[in-house]
Amino acid sequence: MKFLKFNFKNYVLRHLQVMLFSLGQMWRQPLASAMTVFVIGIALAMPAGLYVLLQNLNQVSNQWDDASQISLFMSQDFTDPQAKIFTKNLRSWPEIDTVRYQTSNKSLEEFRQLSGLGDLLDTLPSNPLPAVVIVSPSKNSLRPDAIGSLLARLENLSEVEHAQLDMEWLQRLRSISKTGQRGISILAILLSLSVLLVIGNTIRLAILNRQAEIKVTKLVGGTNAFVRRPFLYTGFWYGTLGGIVAWLTLLFTLGLLSGPINELSQLYNSQFTLQWLTSQTFLALPISGMSLGVLGAWLAVGRHLSAIEPR
Amino acid sequence: MIQFTDVYKRYQNQHEALSGLSFNIDKGEMAFLTGHSGAGKSTLLKLIALIERSSHGQVLINNQNLSRLPQRKIPYYRRQIGLVFQDHYLLHDRTVFDNVALPLVIAGENHREIGRRVRASLDKVGLLGKERNLPIALSGGEQQRVGIARAVVNRPPILLADEPTGNLDPELSRGIMQLFEQFNQVGVTVFIATHDHELIKTLPYRQVILQQGRLAQQETQ
Repeated sequence: MKFLKFNFKNYVLRHLQVMLFSLGQMWRQPLASAMTVFVIGIALAMPAGLYVLLQNLNQVSNQWDDASQISLFMSQDFTDPQAKIFTKNLRSWPEIDTVRYQTSNKSLEEFRQLSGLGDLLDTLPSNPLPAVVIVSPSKNSLRPDAIGSLLARLENLSEVEHAQLDMEWLQRLRSISKTGQRGISILAILLSLSVLLVIGNTIRLAILNRQAEIKVTKLVGGTNAFVRRPFLYTGFWYGTLGGIVAWLTLLFTLGLLSGPINELSQLYNSQFTLQWLTSQTFLALPISGMSLGVLGAWLAVGRHLSAIEPR
Repeated sequence: MIQFTDVYKRYQNQHEALSGLSFNIDKGEMAFLTGHSGAGKSTLLKLIALIERSSHGQVLINNQNLSRLPQRKIPYYRRQIGLVFQDHYLLHDRTVFDNVALPLVIAGENHREIGRRVRASLDKVGLLGKERNLPIALSGGEQQRVGIARAVVNRPPILLADEPTGNLDPELSRGIMQLFEQFNQVGVTVFIATHDHELIKTLPYRQVILQQGRLAQQETQ
């Protein structure tokens, strides 16, 4: 048991040594290493950045989703006493969450405030605006098919002149965002592939530079695992550092964007604030960089290891 | 210790480097492998180091049948054999110490043991003061001594050398041979391929002489 423990300590120590050794080798060629790290970083930052933007877009559309309402524009002869019965009736529908009644005078008042055409409105002989009943559908009936039938039912009521649901654009936005999501997935796969290729090629060059060393190592009894190890750690470092660079790039870009976006959102009276990287994204970048690095190195070494076999 | 029985080695181009070779080197023996260039000396050494495998016949090294040894066990097998090359095969970006330490690092020895054994090994070849130098700063004879130190540092039972004195003058060559003799005296089986007839004439060891891939004769002097 003591023997095992002893060996394990050696093993960990050797791994640490190789880890630092590969970092030292990268350090000795700072320019080439930095370029590789940046290529990897940018390749990782692109899909991650688009992902963050998409998350934000989803956040916006979800906000609107909760606020989706149906406006019922009532006929001109609709009176306030009628409204009491009408709204009470609507509230009993299971598809409907809340009902709010707004008299035609209130509508006029609102319009006056928002449009700034107050003086012009005063010249009108009578109020041209109808009374409005604003209906919030319940959560279940927000689905596209359910909301369609609810809309049709409301439209058929005799008191209702016109029922309007302004959700088509929201659905379009949804499907655009879905397309975007798929596009980002494809982009992420392609760019991951390019990270693999970059690391593979870098490792390939490192192997060519150290062919003599590999040959000697094998001649004095080095196993394939031993030969592979420094290259795997090189891939590990490139990937991890690339992931950190991607993370910093993203942070920097979001920092640049957050000011104008918050301004824009204030102009729209929106609760929206730019979401930064979540802790998941924070870890995901270096971890995916690291895995891609080790995988790329593994593939490159595996491919070349047999070629250097001393025979 | 080294036992060849009816060994053939044919290459892809039908060239037969070794044909029907049988010989035996006992445990603790020291012997020379001689013959003209192209007689198959290098091929024979490659078969022992398992850099190549025989086409036919049996090679028994330290009681292991090499044709039955799976590929993944080759590294562990090679650790039983110290290899010395004409071109030293030193790593020029590492110090003498690190070069000699390589087999021990590969075997997973601990730090203190590595330091102790590397210094003992360098002491034996007379280079103890040069452990911090890079190989390029050493003379040809010294580089070969580093190569020998690396070959013996993990105390292999067999020491193989391929033209170890090929690039050295007679004076230095004699020194290298004396080193091999010292290792042989402590029980290491030593097998040296060389064409330095002047040198081996003066030494009392058996010669395995190859001629066109066959055994010409074995002489005991």
